[in-house]
Amino acid sequence: MNHDAYDDNYIRSILNGVKSIAMVGASPVNVRPSYFAFKYLAQRGYDMIPVNPGHVGKTLMGKPFVASLADIGRPIDMIDIFRNSSHIMPVVEEALKLSPPPRVIWMQLGARDDAAAEKAEAAGLKVVMNRCPKIEYGRLSSEISWMGVNSRTLSAKRAPVPTQGMRLSLNRTSFGGGQTAASDRAAKNKTEST
Amino acid sequence: MTDRLPGFSTIAVHAGAQPDPTTGARATPIYQTTSFVFNDADHAASLFGLQAFGNIYTRIGNPTNAVLEERVAALEGGTAALAVASGHAAQVVVLQQLMRPGDEVLAARKLYGGSINQFTHAFKAFGWNVAWADPDDIGSFERAVTPHTKAIFIESIANPAGSITDIEAIAAIARNAGVPLIVDNTLASPYLIKPIDHGADIVVHSATKFLGGHGNSLGGIIVDAGTFDWAKDNKYPMLSEPRPEYHGIRIQETFGNFAFAIACRVLGLRDLGPALSPFNAFMILTGIETLPLRMQKHCDNAKAVAEFLSAHPAVSAVNYAGLPGDRYNNLQRKYSPKGAGAVFTFSLKGGYDAGVNLVSNLKLFSHLANVGDTRSLVIHPASTTHSQLDDAAKVKSGAAPDVVRLSIGIEDKEDLIEDLDQALRA
Repeated sequence: MNHDAYDDNYIRSILNGVKSIAMVGASPVNVRPSYFAFKYLAQRGYDMIPVNPGHVGKTLMGKPFVASLADIGRPIDMIDIFRNSSHIMPVVEEALKLSPPPRVIWMQLGARDDAAAEKAEAAGLKVVMNRCPKIEYGRLSSEISWMGVNSRTLSAKRAPVPTQGMRLSLNRTSFGGGQTAASDRAAKNKTEST
Repeated sequence: MTDRLPGFSTIAVHAGAQPDPTTGARATPIYQTTSFVFNDADHAASLFGLQAFGNIYTRIGNPTNAVLEERVAALEGGTAALAVASGHAAQVVVLQQLMRPGDEVLAARKLYGGSINQFTHAFKAFGWNVAWADPDDIGSFERAVTPHTKAIFIESIANPAGSITDIEAIAAIARNAGVPLIVDNTLASPYLIKPIDHGADIVVHSATKFLGGHGNSLGGIIVDAGTFDWAKDNKYPMLSEPRPEYHGIRIQETFGNFAFAIACRVLGLRDLGPALSPFNAFMILTGIETLPLRMQKHCDNAKAVAEFLSAHPAVSAVNYAGLPGDRYNNLQRKYSPKGAGAVFTFSLKGGYDAGVNLVSNLKLFSHLANVGDTRSLVIHPASTTHSQLDDAAKVKSGAAPDVVRLSIGIEDKEDLIEDLDQALRA
C-alpha cells in the first residue's frame, strides 16, 4: 500500500463504508482542530465517540468521553487518531485487541507511523495516514470548494444544500488520485528526508 | 469505471462549477452580495474561527469567486487558490505571508515593468528588500541567495520579450535555499506551462490577461502547489506560529497542504482588502472556458506574425521563442511545446522614430498597455510600461528604445500580417 498518495476511490470507499468513528485524542476545547473535525463528522451523520482519558465525565456534542477504546463496549468501524506520530503505535495495538477489531485506522494530518500501519494492514485493516477525514469528506463532496480548495472532482449534477446530519454524495468524478501530483512528490521527499 | 481522468479542456469548463444548489442554474451565478447570513450563533462562531466551510463576507470569500479559485487551482495542478483584485494584489498578498521588514525577495530581472516598479518602490517602503538576478544566467540566482532571502520570484514566459525561463533550474536553487519558488504564469497560462510540474511552490496570475482573455475585467489569482513545508526552521511564522485572532490555531498544522492559500485569504485578503468583484470573477470564469481554444490560436497567430516580421526588410530583429534559432527556442520546446505564447518584441532598423511611426500607422492593432486580449495589441515599452526605468534597466529588461511589443490576438492571421505590412511600408 502506497501511503504517499491515496486514490480517491480508496478514501471514498472508507468514508462511504464506515458508520461509527472513535476519535482518539478528541478535545472538548472548541478551538482545537480535533473538536471541529469531530463536530463536522457528527454533523455529516457519523456516529462519533470521543476517546480521551483526561476528559472522562465530560461530553462532546452530547457524546460522553470514554477513557480507552476498550471502554466503548460495542463494535466500531474506524479509529481516527488525533495524536502525534510517536503516540500512534500503542493506539493501534489497543485497537487490534478489540473484538471485533475496527475496519479502518486513520491517522490525522501530520501523523504517520509506517510500522503501526504495517501492523494494522497485516491484521486486515485499511490504513490512512497524514490526512484529515473532515478535509477529505469536504473535498470529495466538494463542500470544501467554498474555501477555494481544489476538490479534484467534477459533477454536472445539482449541488445539495447541506443540512444538519445530512450525508453528502462522495461519488463525483475524480480527476486526480491522492493529493495533487506535486504535493504527493513533496510529501514523499519530506518522508524520505526525515 | 475506467482509469481515464478528465483532460485539460474538460477541467477548463467544469472544475469548481456545479449546478446551483437552490435554483439549478447551470452557469455560475454572480453572487453580488457583500455578506452571508449565519444559521445561528454557533455557525457564525465556527465560520469566524475557521472551523467550518462557508461564507462570511465577500472580502474574505464569495461563492462566485470560489468557483474561479477552484477552476484555476485545478488547471494549474495546485491544492487551492485565492482570487484577488489584480495581479499586483496577488503579488502583495503572497509576499505579505512570507516577508518581514529586513527580509529579501530574489527576483528575475526580466519582469513586467509594473512588477519591477512594485518591487523596487512599494515593497521598499514596507522594508522588504529586493535582490535581482538574470534568468539567462542561472548562477546569478545562486550567488544572490542570502540568509535573508525568503522567496524567489520569476515569470514563466517573461515580459516584454516572451523569453522562456528555465523554471526547473531556478526551482533547484530555491529548494537548496529552503525558500519557495513563486512563478508568475500570466503570459503562458496553464494551457502552455504548468509551473508546479516544474517545481514551483506558488503560482500567481494577472487573470486580466489570457485567463480572462477578453480585455474586460481585472483580476489576480494565487495558486498554492501544496509543496512547501512552512513549519521547517520557523522561517515563515505567519504560517507556523499560533494566530491570536483565530484562537491560537496554526495555519499549517490545521490546513496541511493548502495552508498557504488559506493564509493568503484569512490573513492577507482579510487585512489588506484587495477583494475581487464577483462580477469580474464571472467574466474571468467565462473566459477560462475557452482558454485552450484561444491560447492555441494566439500562439499559432503569433508564430505566423513572428515569421513574417523576421523576413521583413524594415525589421532588424525578432525576439520570439517559437522561431528556430531564437535563443529561447530550446527552452520553449522543453517548457512550452504547444506554442511560445503571444507576447513578443521586435526591433526596427529605423530605431525609436520608426517604432513611434509604426504604432501610429497600424489600423487593426490597438495601442494600449495590456496583453492577452482577443484583440491584437501594440505598445512601445520604452515610452510606456517600462518608461519609469532608467536606460540601463530598460535594456536589461528587454525594453530598449527601438523595441516594439506585440500581443497577438485571435483575429485572422492574414489580416494582422497585412496591417503590419502596410504600417511598416507607410
